[in-house]
Amino acid sequence: MQIRREDVDHVADLARLSLSEEEREKMTRELNSILGHVDKLNELKTDGVQPTFHVLASLKNVTRKDEVIHGLDRDRALQNAPSQKSGCFAVPKTVE
Amino acid sequence: MTWETIIGLEVHVELKTESKIFCNCSTRFGGEPNTQVCPVCLGLPGALPVLNQQALEFATRAALALNCQIAGYSKFDRKNYFYPDLPKAYQISQYDLPLAEHGHVDFIFGGEPRRVRIRRIHLEEDAGKLLHSEDGGLSADANVSLVDFNRSGVPLIEIVSEPDLRSGEEARAYLNRLKTILAYADVSHLKMEEGNLRADVNVSVRPTGSTEFGTRTEMKNVSSFRAVVRGIEYEAERQVKVLDEGGSIRQETRQWNETKGVTIALRSKEEAHDYRYFPDPDLPALDISRDFVEGVRANLPELPDARQARYVRDYGLRDVDAGILTSDLSLAAFFEEAAGLYPKDPKAVANWVLGDLLRIMNARAAESDEIPITPKQLADTLMLIDRGTISGKIAKTVFEETMATGKDPEVIVKEKGLVQISDTSELEKVIADVIAANPQPVADFRSGKETALGFLVGQVMKATRGKANPGIVNELLMKALK
Repeated sequence: MQIRREDVDHVADLARLSLSEEEREKMTRELNSILGHVDKLNELKTDGVQPTFHVLASLKNVTRKDEVIHGLDRDRALQNAPSQKSGCFAVPKTVE
Repeated sequence: MTWETIIGLEVHVELKTESKIFCNCSTRFGGEPNTQVCPVCLGLPGALPVLNQQALEFATRAALALNCQIAGYSKFDRKNYFYPDLPKAYQISQYDLPLAEHGHVDFIFGGEPRRVRIRRIHLEEDAGKLLHSEDGGLSADANVSLVDFNRSGVPLIEIVSEPDLRSGEEARAYLNRLKTILAYADVSHLKMEEGNLRADVNVSVRPTGSTEFGTRTEMKNVSSFRAVVRGIEYEAERQVKVLDEGGSIRQETRQWNETKGVTIALRSKEEAHDYRYFPDPDLPALDISRDFVEGVRANLPELPDARQARYVRDYGLRDVDAGILTSDLSLAAFFEEAAGLYPKDPKAVANWVLGDLLRIMNARAAESDEIPITPKQLADTLMLIDRGTISGKIAKTVFEETMATGKDPEVIVKEKGLVQISDTSELEKVIADVIAANPQPVADFRSGKETALGFLVGQVMKATRGKANPGIVNELLMKALK
C-alpha cells in the first residue's frame, strides 16, 4: 500500500494536526517506510494461526465490583482546564 | 412510482449500574456539573479503565432477553473522533467482536405479528454533556459551550437492528416492545426524559418491489419515540421528493429538529465517518464462558411473552387483554397484586384495570409507574360490591374518587353516603313513586314490551342517585308490576 500526500492530509485532519509543507513531505516518506516495514509481515504464512485480538493474550476478564467511590472534587477536576465557567469546562461553541 | 421506506435503528440504552462502566464514579442523574468525575472518565493521561462486572451482566441479560447469541470472545475497541464531550478523543466501544449478535424482537403491529432482527448488541461508554446557551443552560456566552462530564462513562448498550422496519409507526411499535422487554429484564431505568434511551435512525427509500437498498441518511441521538416517528416520516418524504425530481440522496448525517419539524444536514466535517477503530490495549479481552452465560440466563426475570401466556393460562384472560396488561411492567405488577388480593375473579380485576383504570390514566396522561390507586384499594372496591355495600355503578364513582384523592374506598363510601340501599321497604316506596310517575312505560311493560323494565329500573336508580341495589330493584319492580 502506498501512502499519498492526500492520505497524510486526511489523517492529519482527523487528528486535528496542522502540518507544514515540510512536515507533510516528511510524514509521507516516513509513513511509507513504516508501512513497507509492516508489509514484510505479509510474507509470513499465517494460515491456521489464530489472530491476536489483544496484545495481552494471557490476561482476560478483568472486571471490578459495581461500587461508587468519589473521584475528584470539582476544583481539582477543573484545575487544568484552559477555560472554565459555572463549574464546567468551557470550549469553543460547537453548534451553529 | 410508489416508494417503500426502509428503516434500521441503533438504540442506545443506559444501564442502571451504580457506578460507571470503566471507573467508580457515580452514574446518578442530575448532579451538579463535574462532581461525578475522576481521571478515567475525564480522559486524563495515565488513567486505567477497568470494566464494571455489573455492566457486563446487565448487557448480557439484555442480549439474552432479546434472543441474541452471546459471543465466546469479545473485546473493546477505541472509536476515534474529536468532539468536546469526548475527553479522550476516542470512545471505548466494541467494533468487530461485539458482546452479542443475531437476536430478534417479536411484536404485534396493525394486528399482525412482526419480527425485527437484531444484528448486534455491544457495550460502550456514554459521552459527556454539552450545554449551549440557547438551551437556556448555564452558558450565557454565545461563543462558548460548557461541558459536564458526569455522564461521561455511564455504561451503554447499543442495540443495532437490521433494516427490517417499513414505517414510522412500525418503528414506534418496535421501540415500545424493546422498551417493555428491557423493563422486564430490569437493566435500565429507561427514563426518556433523562436520556436513558436514545436512537440513531437510518432511513432510505426504494421503489416498491425493488430488492436493493437506496442510499441512507442517519439521524443521530433522537430522544423521544414521537421524534423518531416524525423524523422518519419527514425524511422518507424528503428523499422521495429529491428522487422524484431526478436528484440523488447523499449519504450523510442529518439532525432532527423537533421544533421546526425538519431534518437538517450537518456540516461535512462532522460527517467524516473515519473512526480508525483499533483494540483498546488498556482493556483485556473477554473470554465469556458458557457457565457465565447460563448463570445470567438462569437469573433472567420473567419476560413479557411468558407473562402474557401465564395470564391466559392461570387467570383465564383473553390473549389480547393479557397482551395489553403485560405490555407495561407497572400495569402488570398492579394487576397481579390486585388479582392476588381478589382471587375469586381475576377477570373482573383485569376488566377494571383495562377499562376504568386505563381510561382515567389516559385522560390524565399519567405515567404507568404513577398509578394513583393501590391494588388493595381496587380489591377492596370489588369486595364492597360483593358484600352488597355498593352497587357496581357506584363502585365506578368510588373508584374514580379513590384515583382522584387516594382515599380508601370504605372511607369514600362513608363520607359520601354511597352505601347501597337494599332495604326493601325504602325501595318499595321509591318504586311506587316511579310507577305512578311513568304510566306509559308501565303500560308498555304490561302489554309485553319487556324493554320498558330497563327504563323503570333506570328511573329508580336515578331517584336513589345510583345507590339502589339493582338486583333488589328488579325483583321488587317485577312484583309491583304484576
